[in-house]
Amino acid sequence: MTHNHQTLSRRTTILGLTAAWALGGSSLAVAQTALPADRRFVVILLRGGMDGLAVVAPYGDPALRLLRPKLALPDPSAADGLQDLGGFFGLHPALSHLGDLYRQGDMLVAHAVASPYRSRSHFEAQDLLELGAADASIARPASGWLARTLAEISQTRAIAMGMAPSLLLLGGRNVTTHGFSPLAVPHEDFYARVSALHQHDPLTGPALTAAFRGRRSEQEASARRTEPAERDRGSFPALARLAGELLATPDGARIAALELGGWDTHASQELRLPLALRQLDAGILALKDGLKDHWQRTTILVMSEFGRTARENGTSGTDHGTAGAALLIGGAVAGGRVIGTWPGLSPEKLFEGRDLAPTTDIRSLAIAVLRTQLGLTPPATERIFPGTRNDSGLAGLFRA
Amino acid sequence: MADGPAATTAPQEAYNAVIRFGLGMSLAAPRPPIDPRGWLSRQLSEPDPEAGRPTDDGGTLAIMAARKIDRDRNLAGTDSHLRPLVETNEARFVRHALTTDLPFRERLVWLWGNHLTVSKRSSNAAPFIAPFFREVIRPHAAGQFGSMLLAAVRHPAMLLYLDNTNSIGPNSTSGRRHNRGLNENLAREILELMTVGRDAGYTQADVTAFAKILTGWRISSDQGFAFDKAAHEPGWKTVMGRTYPEGEEGGIAILQHLADHPATHRRLAQRLVRHFCSHVIPGDVGRIEACLRDTRGNLGIAALVTTQLAAAWQPPLSRIRSPMDYAVACLRALHGTGATADLAASLRILGQPLWSAPQPTGWPDEDQYWVAPEAVLRRVDWAHTIAGRVRSSVEPGAIAEAALGPFLSAATLSEIRKAGSRQDALGLLLAATEFLRR
Repeated sequence: MTHNHQTLSRRTTILGLTAAWALGGSSLAVAQTALPADRRFVVILLRGGMDGLAVVAPYGDPALRLLRPKLALPDPSAADGLQDLGGFFGLHPALSHLGDLYRQGDMLVAHAVASPYRSRSHFEAQDLLELGAADASIARPASGWLARTLAEISQTRAIAMGMAPSLLLLGGRNVTTHGFSPLAVPHEDFYARVSALHQHDPLTGPALTAAFRGRRSEQEASARRTEPAERDRGSFPALARLAGELLATPDGARIAALELGGWDTHASQELRLPLALRQLDAGILALKDGLKDHWQRTTILVMSEFGRTARENGTSGTDHGTAGAALLIGGAVAGGRVIGTWPGLSPEKLFEGRDLAPTTDIRSLAIAVLRTQLGLTPPATERIFPGTRNDSGLAGLFRA
Repeated sequence: MADGPAATTAPQEAYNAVIRFGLGMSLAAPRPPIDPRGWLSRQLSEPDPEAGRPTDDGGTLAIMAARKIDRDRNLAGTDSHLRPLVETNEARFVRHALTTDLPFRERLVWLWGNHLTVSKRSSNAAPFIAPFFREVIRPHAAGQFGSMLLAAVRHPAMLLYLDNTNSIGPNSTSGRRHNRGLNENLAREILELMTVGRDAGYTQADVTAFAKILTGWRISSDQGFAFDKAAHEPGWKTVMGRTYPEGEEGGIAILQHLADHPATHRRLAQRLVRHFCSHVIPGDVGRIEACLRDTRGNLGIAALVTTQLAAAWQPPLSRIRSPMDYAVACLRALHGTGATADLAASLRILGQPLWSAPQPTGWPDEDQYWVAPEAVLRRVDWAHTIAGRVRSSVEPGAIAEAALGPFLSAATLSEIRKAGSRQDALGLLLAATEFLRR
């Protein structure tokens, strides 16, 4: 524990206070349920507002370099430039594995997407994204949309890894938690004695029983970690690999939800964004590796609560915006393209004069997955996403 | 070995007071209070020794100045002027938690600090959180809620956390010039979380109007707070059926109105009852609400009335300690034995990082939230680790009796005596069900 503490302190010092969340802010939840055609579905929440304009940069839009003289990366023709996605958009160079997946047709980008509500508050926007709300001003759903999805599919058991279950699965049945403790593990006899002391406690007794069970299953699923990014067992790549393995287990999990923080790049974005991107990149690779052959039947939806301002700010960063980019990744995806309607970045085209304007509702992406991959139809999809009766989801996103 | 609690000389009520209302018995002062109710009451009438002003060392103005130096000279890491101030402030807060002999007062500071949450999740607000506690919460935690609310809304910590410092009235001088706009965050959270709450029935239009009232409430490097007329939305505004004049006075007036509102008193009463009582009895909430109404929001008297509620005393140990409660109680119980820990690092591991609530709603006061299986197991692991640092030759049984008194169960004491090592013995104490609760 001492060693870990010093490591964390050193990182925090170099990178500033937000770094603690960039590195420590990840969790995993999985649900055991049968999906059609033995498919897998993973939702990855990027907390903090991912800058879609930097991650999938519209280098073909002449306004970009005017809005971001410092932050805009070189074109694909340059050695350290963007990875070309078809002549107009370029993928951030830090996402090298995702670039490979795109070229193999396993990744699709949706740009200028946003939720239906307009909130530039992280907390509210994340909540509403996870709860699947239509509008900020009306009563919020009491459960997460993924939990509602599980309810529509069948009786399911969800396991959350990490300390607190994310809102996505709020309201889901039987959520228990596992996690990676940085502390030295006491000997079994100590645990046995502690257990005995709690046997009559109605709250702590069952919690400890579930925790011991969770520890054992986590140990069974883990293999030796060799990737440097996964050495920190609580890190996003490590959790992502574990998710893949759990999703690959016979009669095991079929739906997973992961989260990754570190996207709120108000300052020094040229330094901070690559950190988060490398975690994401390593994580998707580890997830794919863990899934093995099941990758062919997997869909991963990567989303964030909002994008960021089109203009860079005075501290070499960007602020909370509106539309951004979302990713669909996996063997089930008909990828290799960027979908959506590009609104343009000239001043009159910006939303409220500052943000990329949204042209696609992010729920349409999710609904497309629910309908095509999970076999759900209205009214089920409308129960999951209230207010989407007329939304049939985007078509043609998946391989037959 | 006889069944039932181990025999001690101290009455249950005294230990109950220290555990339920305080921060746990400290080995530095191992005798429980002779007059528990008087002990609680006295803590409400003394001034908080840690209360401070913006001009203090490490206060708001010092933080502002250091922040500016860092920015102007692009300093970071070991060169940062801000970092040592922030670290000193945090260490001071922690030291006080572990050593205070006014633990009931301290618990109330945490309670109201949680009600008016400012979180390190905002890196801009983070350096101002320690001054926020000293300058806003501590002076008023046993005083008038209205004063605390006004001080909170003016404080850089809150203005930064909820993005008000950049909220510009669209029709203000600055607004018309820069095409920048309103940020409704602070107004919304004041209504929803800090005062009347959603059930009071305010509308989105009310939120927007309130946000306009608060335009111009900004941070200033000289004073901490300054009203910037150029950013203030002109005109009268209507919120929940009442109109407020242009200018800073409009904001002061609405905050006072909200602080005095019955719905606010009800929510404050609910906070106290939810925190201190075994279960929520509507009559108890009503009693505290009436007290707040009659005293125009005096939190000290409301806290005193809370100590008079039966459900605040019975049954004992019926609440689960939050990780902060738990870690502080453990370290107080082992005071002077060599078992120290970095409280901030411990709280990260235990799932309640210091001053880092995920949302403006703060940390929930619900037992269910804190008993996620891994969270409970972490406490067991942490307890064992801390117990391994005890250097002195104090006998674990004696520490157990000093910490828990009549609440030490025979089963736990028996395990402690049978344990194979001092680490195991003390680990068992700290991991026992009666230690996880208050």
